[in-house]
Amino acid sequence: MALSNEFLLEKLQNQFGEAILGSQQVRDYLNVEVDASKMADIAKFLRSDAELNFMYLTDLCGVHMPEQTGKELGVVYHFHNLEENYRFRLKAWLPIQDPSIETVSNIWDGANWMERETFDFFGIIFKNHPNLKRILNVDHMEMFPLRKEFPLEDTTREDKDDRFFGR
Amino acid sequence: MVEAPDGIEGQGFFATSLDTVIGMARANSLWPLPFATSCCGIEFMATMGSNYDLARFGAERMSFSPRQADLLMVMGTIAKKMGPILRQVYEQMAEPKWVIAVGACASSGGIFDTYSVLQGIDKIIPVDVYVPGCPPRPEQIIDGVMRIQDLARSESLRRRSSEEYKQLLASYNIE
Repeated sequence: MALSNEFLLEKLQNQFGEAILGSQQVRDYLNVEVDASKMADIAKFLRSDAELNFMYLTDLCGVHMPEQTGKELGVVYHFHNLEENYRFRLKAWLPIQDPSIETVSNIWDGANWMERETFDFFGIIFKNHPNLKRILNVDHMEMFPLRKEFPLEDTTREDKDDRFFGR
Repeated sequence: MVEAPDGIEGQGFFATSLDTVIGMARANSLWPLPFATSCCGIEFMATMGSNYDLARFGAERMSFSPRQADLLMVMGTIAKKMGPILRQVYEQMAEPKWVIAVGACASSGGIFDTYSVLQGIDKIIPVDVYVPGCPPRPEQIIDGVMRIQDLARSESLRRRSSEEYKQLLASYNIE
């Protein structure tokens, strides 16, 4: 059976039921929203099921949507089955008060640094990650720069006068 | 050919001050350490190439070890994570040493007004000459090096042990 959006979605819904919160199709691309607390089981299933066999985690990144109360922070996974050349996107939303989700680095080794990067920029805690510390920014940084409450511009800059920038 | 400094000349002798002789020697044998992190470094490569040829000013030999270098040329964006490394390179250089900040990024952070970029290397090390431009042309870099030569030529031999110089280093927390 070749992988398709309908097949994958049905299979996930049969296996996890309530944990599959929703789905949408953007052009040909399937997006699935899942319950973040079930991520460990879902990831294991995606990798180990013989029909799904998503052997490649293309990307893992964070997103911050301050207006979504209760699910401000998100983790987005892009999965790829190389044999069937089938991809889909999976999203898990987290509250900003407790942004923690199970690691998938024990399933896809490539997730190790991507989870560290997501932690570095969004402060999302990946539980049971072997080495969850900052990877790109300076170690003593006290903010998560891609969260929208933090200013993008450097606060030590002295030569920028707001009047000259029309604000 | 370098002009002889001012002095008293007669048959078989030439007298001048030690400062000016040593200044002349230093100015015309600067060993630059290129700390090139982005496009200004590419302009620097053109500066060293045969068209512009910085070697004409006595800076033939690039020193890729800070221990033997006289002139630290910082060319390009310095991320905050790179800051301590740049500082360590500066500290390892022997006196006398000069620093030239090439380009907008090294001088002020340039367009990269963001949380990850150092807003000018003068936040962590003292700078002698700033070369503006994004990136500056080789002529501008050569002009910057010539301003360093002017500094080296006219510098007093006592400057590096003066109280002012120690205070300058202390203000950057450099031993």
